[in-house]
Amino acid sequence: MRETRSAVHVSFDGVEYEGYAGESVLQCARRNGVTVPSLCFLEGLSVWGGCRICVVEIAEDHRLRPACATQIAADMEVKVETPRLRAYRKAILELLFAEGNHVCAVCVSNGKCELQDMAVLCGMDHVRYDYQSPLREIDASHPKYVFDPNRCILCTRCVRVCDEIEGAHVWDIGFRGEEAHLVTEMNKPWGESLSCTWCGKCVAVCPTGSLAYEGRAIGEMEHDPAMIQRLAVARNRGEWLYPGEEQ
Amino acid sequence: MSDTTTRAVVGVSDRQQGEHPSGDNRFDLIDKHLKRGRYAQDQLIETLHVAQDVFGYLSEDILIYVARALRLPPSMVYGVATFYQLFTFDPPGDHACTVCTGTACFVKGADDIVKGVSNAYDVPAGETSEDGSLTLKTARCLGSCGLAPVVVFDGEVLGHQNTESTLELVAAAVGGVD
Repeated sequence: MRETRSAVHVSFDGVEYEGYAGESVLQCARRNGVTVPSLCFLEGLSVWGGCRICVVEIAEDHRLRPACATQIAADMEVKVETPRLRAYRKAILELLFAEGNHVCAVCVSNGKCELQDMAVLCGMDHVRYDYQSPLREIDASHPKYVFDPNRCILCTRCVRVCDEIEGAHVWDIGFRGEEAHLVTEMNKPWGESLSCTWCGKCVAVCPTGSLAYEGRAIGEMEHDPAMIQRLAVARNRGEWLYPGEEQ
Repeated sequence: MSDTTTRAVVGVSDRQQGEHPSGDNRFDLIDKHLKRGRYAQDQLIETLHVAQDVFGYLSEDILIYVARALRLPPSMVYGVATFYQLFTFDPPGDHACTVCTGTACFVKGADDIVKGVSNAYDVPAGETSEDGSLTLKTARCLGSCGLAPVVVFDGEVLGHQNTESTLELVAAAVGGVD
């Protein structure tokens, strides 16, 4: 059963829309067809607010707010496209590209990658920072899936989906700073994990080619993050959506 | 899951005092802490501190023990433990030499002391020598800047040190360099 929600007036870049109390700025924008770039947010999972790609300006507030973690308020004036925001988003994307080893030409997700899409959407065409080129070992120990930390942007979608939807909590982030990386159980190879159910939801939600099916060639890996929204709606509302019916 | 026996896997009620099922009585001290905190999951960091106090470091076995006792996933316990720099995962040496590298000590040549001990005993700063006899650590200001440069050897704070005096100190406890 859907709750009745009180409607409020909000505006995105000067255009008036209707928002519901309790929903986030990002959800409100998406529902009204306003494009807000984002990476770590995924409908159906808890809010992480870590990637900061979805930052927006809110009138008379000099601080930037993550749209995914900011609630809609009455008469809110949200700015999504300003020169300042474009510059910040570009810089964040450049830092993400500089931090890992994102080589699209040899990636399983080339052409089907959310990080790539964001770079195109935000107009990031080159990286001004020094590439860190870290040495990171690929974990191909799992019989069905491959984890390539070189392509990981630590969005924690896999961590959240494994904990919140599957209930296994195989993944977590270990260590800190530039050494932070995904770990399975006690930092053991994924294939040796006793808690992994092989469900593949972590692979479905990965925004990059970091988690992929075994044996995929360049550009062959198609993820399905919307699956999680279907699962969440089924679980919370008892309504079974079909692919393409996600709101 | 209201059955209390499932919660008492690591409890002490069903066995004699002073005899832990693992055969290592140090786990009793962790158990006592866990019991006092009623096995609350948000006691994780405190429990890890107790475990490190008791064992000197956090081995994989200890992390798994704590994870099971608090009913937490192993990856979460591992993630928390590796995030905080106060937790260590290697057994400490028999003797610990900590050199303060805070501003005052640095100006007074703390770096030379670190280098001197590091070279003499072939142990990088922050690590333990191969034979396990000496752990060389650095600290960020111990708050005794008037005594700079400060060295803490096996818990004893010693001021106005230099490379020679520190090496003498270490040699007296650990033994000279071959």
